[in-house]
Amino acid sequence: MGMTKKSRLHLPRVPARPGETPDFSYVQLSPAGAVPRPEVNARARDMGPLSVELVRVLDDSGDAVGPWHPHLEASELQVGLRHMLLTRLYDERMQRMQRAGKISFYIRSLGEEAVGVAQAMALRPSDMLFPAYRQQAAQIVRGISLVDLMSQLLSNTKDMCKGRQLPVMYHSRANNIFSISGNLATQFPQAVGWAMAAAIKGEDNLAATWIGEGSSAEADFHYALLFASVYQAPVILNVVNNQWAISTFQGYAGGEQRSFAARGPGYGMPGIRVDGNDFLAVYAVTQWAAERARTAAGPTLIELVTYRGAAHSTSDDPARYRAKDDAEHWPLGDPIQRLKAHLIKIGEWSEEQHQAMSAELEALVASSWKEAIKFGTMTEGPRLNPDTMFEDVFKDMPQNLQRQQALLRKELG
Amino acid sequence: MANMNMIQALNSAMDIMLGKNPAVVLMGEDIGYFGGVFRATEGLQRKYGEHRVIDTPIAEGGIVATAIGMSVNGLRPVAEIQFADYIYPGFDQIVSELARIRYRSAGDFFAPVTIRTPCGGGIRGGQTHSQSPEAIFTHVSGIKVVMPSNPYDAKGLLITSIEDDDPVVFFEPKRLYNGPFDGDPNKPAVPWSTHPKGQVDEGYYKVPLGKADIVRTGADVSIITYGTMVHVAVAAAAAMNVDAEIIDLRSLVPLDVEAIVASVKKTGRCIVAHEATRFSGFGAELLSIVQEECFWALEAPIQRVAGWDTPYPHAFEWEYFPGQARFKAALKTVMEPA
Repeated sequence: MGMTKKSRLHLPRVPARPGETPDFSYVQLSPAGAVPRPEVNARARDMGPLSVELVRVLDDSGDAVGPWHPHLEASELQVGLRHMLLTRLYDERMQRMQRAGKISFYIRSLGEEAVGVAQAMALRPSDMLFPAYRQQAAQIVRGISLVDLMSQLLSNTKDMCKGRQLPVMYHSRANNIFSISGNLATQFPQAVGWAMAAAIKGEDNLAATWIGEGSSAEADFHYALLFASVYQAPVILNVVNNQWAISTFQGYAGGEQRSFAARGPGYGMPGIRVDGNDFLAVYAVTQWAAERARTAAGPTLIELVTYRGAAHSTSDDPARYRAKDDAEHWPLGDPIQRLKAHLIKIGEWSEEQHQAMSAELEALVASSWKEAIKFGTMTEGPRLNPDTMFEDVFKDMPQNLQRQQALLRKELG
Repeated sequence: MANMNMIQALNSAMDIMLGKNPAVVLMGEDIGYFGGVFRATEGLQRKYGEHRVIDTPIAEGGIVATAIGMSVNGLRPVAEIQFADYIYPGFDQIVSELARIRYRSAGDFFAPVTIRTPCGGGIRGGQTHSQSPEAIFTHVSGIKVVMPSNPYDAKGLLITSIEDDDPVVFFEPKRLYNGPFDGDPNKPAVPWSTHPKGQVDEGYYKVPLGKADIVRTGADVSIITYGTMVHVAVAAAAAMNVDAEIIDLRSLVPLDVEAIVASVKKTGRCIVAHEATRFSGFGAELLSIVQEECFWALEAPIQRVAGWDTPYPHAFEWEYFPGQARFKAALKTVMEPA
């Protein structure tokens, strides 16, 4: 076929490629405190503006302002700061351990720590979490020990997954965190099913789930919104819009023409666009969505506008597809710095305290690693018994697996 | 005991389980108020309410995914996929999620979901309402695969499947809903009331998974099959006057290897048969097992009776279907190898 005419196909614009100047003029911002906070049971059709404005509480000078200010105790804010910093230090150390060949793979959450921390803190321990792979902060908030998280990364004898999952695919039945899938988006409609069951049983627990803006392109995202809307399920559907899905810019997930939050009103539920690097704003909208779920006012879609500060994973190199200093120009700043500045401003924190906490948490990460590797690494024992790979395919091991287990034993001598 | 067709037997199984266990819920397209396009859930929403027999959007991926989420929260969902041909939007949720949740969480989570779905041809369904995709699912570690051939088994197997803590894909050969079918479309249809397996216990009972039914004992050849082809095999062997041992597998995962091996070692000849397409069909697995376990007992090459390796065409339904002619030819070949 001879292509004699110029293509008229539209392709989403990517603001800055390597060597170009970072450009975030496409990000629609609202001033802190400017977006009204509707009643939780307001009609979805009257809450349309929430999906295009940006809910923000912390202003540029570190003050908390406006109707979404959650008025948390200073001690709670300090706990939030601690969880975010611990997440970042854990990420840094595990990145180094991957580079040192101690673990096969890792995914950092640099710049997105407020999402997992503030959202998990705003929920009850009995609420069920269906996370994606970049909410390690939520695991930390729920009290999963670093030793347990690291043991999963190491696929060692203390690994909660018995060596069956890629690193970072944690779970905790005791702490109500569902098993993370390596297949994107599948958790979204599963969380809706969990929430439907809670409603059927007459319980007031809710489900919260996370997805990246990139994987919101999958059909599962749309199943989730549809079922959540049809059955008014007590669920919080979170889209973490960190702008990039590996090298795919958010415009290719459909973010160029309309916000991801705006999918919500299309399905008959409120969608809220929130500053994902503003701990207080994230906490406040999550609390609001949780109240909606618990009072049977229905599901909520939250778009957390943030920026993936690091590579997608240890297997990725963003210098090949985006401007090198992109993250430094991100207009919503760094979530840890912003909460720290606020706490200092209200007289509840100091540089000295911050340094001391940082040193304490560094030491915790280091000692946890020392403890975790006692249960084995990829190169040094102890090692899981290969017999266990035949377990849990079914509740009871069928004959063919028993036979293969015996064959493997023989093969290994 | 009562006369039941397969629809009534399946309905009875779900009725009993809804009554027995408050965690059981039914969900699917058209299954509630309307009672299902094949009437399998007729009357159950009236009896147990809209919150236990739940009408869903037309979104198989969403049905399977929400069933998984419900099961993780303590319910025991029985999801209907209206036709097996429609199961593919839910395929990722079945293969990557449902089948793996127990494994990937090292047993901390499990998903006791039963997916019921009508399969097979013979009702003028054309290529999108006639498929038998069971082999696609038997290839996946972590799900059980069931296909009954009669009302009595259908009810007992469905109750077992719902009570099973592992996920089950439960295929219902829809040509058998109203009567046994021997593969000859020109004969008048026969109702289940004429067949001993149309006599069904009205109460609770189970038929175990992984236990084949020896439909007929015989000395000449072992016919290993399931679903509609059980009845085709019985009629073909009778017409050919072959003393066949006919094994109805009832479940493909788990598979009753012992019954297969014992039979072939006894008869020395074997036919494997299914309605699904031949290439990479479940028959290939059966054939491999027989070859591995019974090679020295075999007196003739193993024969495969199956659908052609084409889609299921609307106009040539009976030319596609592995009926009497194809079965008799295989019997002739296995009994008198050239």
